[in-house]
Amino acid sequence: MRALTELTGLVVPLDRANVDTDAIIPKQFLKSILRSGFGVNLFDAWRYLDQGEPGQDCSQRPLNPDFVLNQSRYQGAQVLLTRENFGCGSSREHAPWAIADYGLRVLIAPSFADIFYNNCFKNGLLPIVLPAGQIERLFQETSVHPGYQLRVDLMKQEIVTPAGEILTFDVDAHRKLCLLNGWDDIGLTLQHLGEIRAYEAQRKIDAPWLFS
Amino acid sequence: MSGQTLYDKLWQSHLVHSEPDGSALLYIDRHLVHEVTSPQAFEGLRLAGRKVWRATSAIAVPDHNVPTLNREQGITDVVSRLQVETLGRNCAEFGIVEYGMNDVRQGIVHVIGPEQGLTLPGMTVVCGDSHTSTHGAFGALAFGIGTSEVEHVLATQCLVARKSRSMRVWVTGQLGVGVTAKDLALAIIGQVGTAGGTGYAIEFAGPAVSALSLEGRMTLCNMAIEAGARAGMVAVDQATLDYVRGRPAAPTGPVWEKAEAWWRTLVSDEDAQFDCEVTVNGSDIVPQVTWGTSPEMVVGITGAVPDPGDMLDAVKRSDGQRALNYMGLAARTPITAIAVDKVFIGSCTNSRIEDLRAAAAVLKGRHKAASVKLAMVVPGSGLIKRQAEAEGLDKLFLAAGFEWREPGCSMCLAMNADRLEPGERCAATSNRNFEGRQGAGGRTHLVSPAMAAAAALAGHFVDVRDF
Repeated sequence: MRALTELTGLVVPLDRANVDTDAIIPKQFLKSILRSGFGVNLFDAWRYLDQGEPGQDCSQRPLNPDFVLNQSRYQGAQVLLTRENFGCGSSREHAPWAIADYGLRVLIAPSFADIFYNNCFKNGLLPIVLPAGQIERLFQETSVHPGYQLRVDLMKQEIVTPAGEILTFDVDAHRKLCLLNGWDDIGLTLQHLGEIRAYEAQRKIDAPWLFS
Repeated sequence: MSGQTLYDKLWQSHLVHSEPDGSALLYIDRHLVHEVTSPQAFEGLRLAGRKVWRATSAIAVPDHNVPTLNREQGITDVVSRLQVETLGRNCAEFGIVEYGMNDVRQGIVHVIGPEQGLTLPGMTVVCGDSHTSTHGAFGALAFGIGTSEVEHVLATQCLVARKSRSMRVWVTGQLGVGVTAKDLALAIIGQVGTAGGTGYAIEFAGPAVSALSLEGRMTLCNMAIEAGARAGMVAVDQATLDYVRGRPAAPTGPVWEKAEAWWRTLVSDEDAQFDCEVTVNGSDIVPQVTWGTSPEMVVGITGAVPDPGDMLDAVKRSDGQRALNYMGLAARTPITAIAVDKVFIGSCTNSRIEDLRAAAAVLKGRHKAASVKLAMVVPGSGLIKRQAEAEGLDKLFLAAGFEWREPGCSMCLAMNADRLEPGERCAATSNRNFEGRQGAGGRTHLVSPAMAAAAALAGHFVDVRDF
């Protein structure tokens, strides 16, 4: 997994609540058996004016000029600012794959859906929860200041605004460690091999019907 | 010290290791696998040279991509076919049992687990699918996971997890005639919101929940994720045991006795404390219909489309207006004035035998309205299809002008050929009314099977209690 320690990135505002994973990456692209290449279809139904199908050359498709990701001032954004319950719905990890493949690394919202939030950390993305008041202010600042950037420091768990204001955020210690170092969970879990085997041996005695 | 909740008991009994910061390793008893969220996980194992820890804990089935017509011709969509074939190859390579597309046991992953007794009380059940919460109906801890976690469970039989907070939704009274578990689920989501359960494991309880069949409890737990909760559950009772007994993978003889003794303890203690308690009066609930693009945008059949202008919260107001634009609806339109183009009865929410019986009972001796272009029934599994045919339900559906299809996820998410065209409006028994969910530009209204059948007859939404 790609590590994330600190970045200073352009912010793109997506001013909607309850953005679901069907909107982040529509179902027709889930037929792929690969883990890469989803970025061109991120928010496909909102981003393009035609109907998206797998395997298209997206550079030839008509863009929706009203969709925020298509506006020239937000090209190259690495930070997505959005509203409540981002990533709700389906558990598809294709959603964080598409977001990461597009080039975003940090997501900021008042809340995230549980499965999506968890999936982000497996893919080098940092979802940050901030209070609604701070989110509202970031939306205002992003809209009035073209080129608005935020500095995000995972080690210190802080966001620094262009005016130098510091916003702190919470992150689970285990997830933070993995993201800072780019570690995958499987290797870490297998360090507990003995405990897993011991648990399993006892469970075979206590609940034999689970092993028949 | 207060007693334990059902969730506490399930969590505690699967804990392999815990860290001081609260993260834990949780042992997984049952892993359900389907074609869409597994290929990258198997590829990950191959690249790392890892094996599957316990292949017999997993069961695989293709459901999302499979056609519901002309199955003997195979899958014509080459991209879908490759994904389904990849599942077959991966299962063969890693020694996992798969119910292939033409196996009578094939069906929607959340239907076949309980049907085969592969889902049992007290289990931890995971699947790369958010509707895994369905299995909580059996007093199991069941939740959806991403593909990285699918790989993690395959490799280690464990998940890195962190305990959720606990919520109890207590449903008093009793559901009226014509009011189903689906209406209850939608009414709860309307009350708590689609993010109301975020960070919680929900236990559904109270007299109106105990009175539900296991099919009804599955419908209710299935929709827990639409309230934001990864897991929903119902305590074990006699109905649970009666449903499980005799299933192909259920224990028998002395092992059953041992299992039953433990399963009967899978209830929240009377003095258990929940982090959050919600009470719903089941007697007040009327048949529900969603009007927008989120399951929380829901209203009773006797109501009307709300006016976003009346909403106090600015974000809700703009989302409500956007939803009405997408849905092609005007504020204050009575729900019964909304005409439908298509009707879909199916999905992991409502494709079980009880659902099909309820829809067939409404349709019996009648025919769908001419204005309804397509009405289809997609049974949850091959065995449900067979049972429905033995009961003559297929004949009732066909006589009413419905199509009788092969099992799969079908038009719930439209990954196969079953989908809405732009602008088409559908009465659907599925679980999500998101933009484009049933096909780009399609408009979904979530309802119960009986309400979907009634809408097919009238050509618009009607109160099934009037039938």
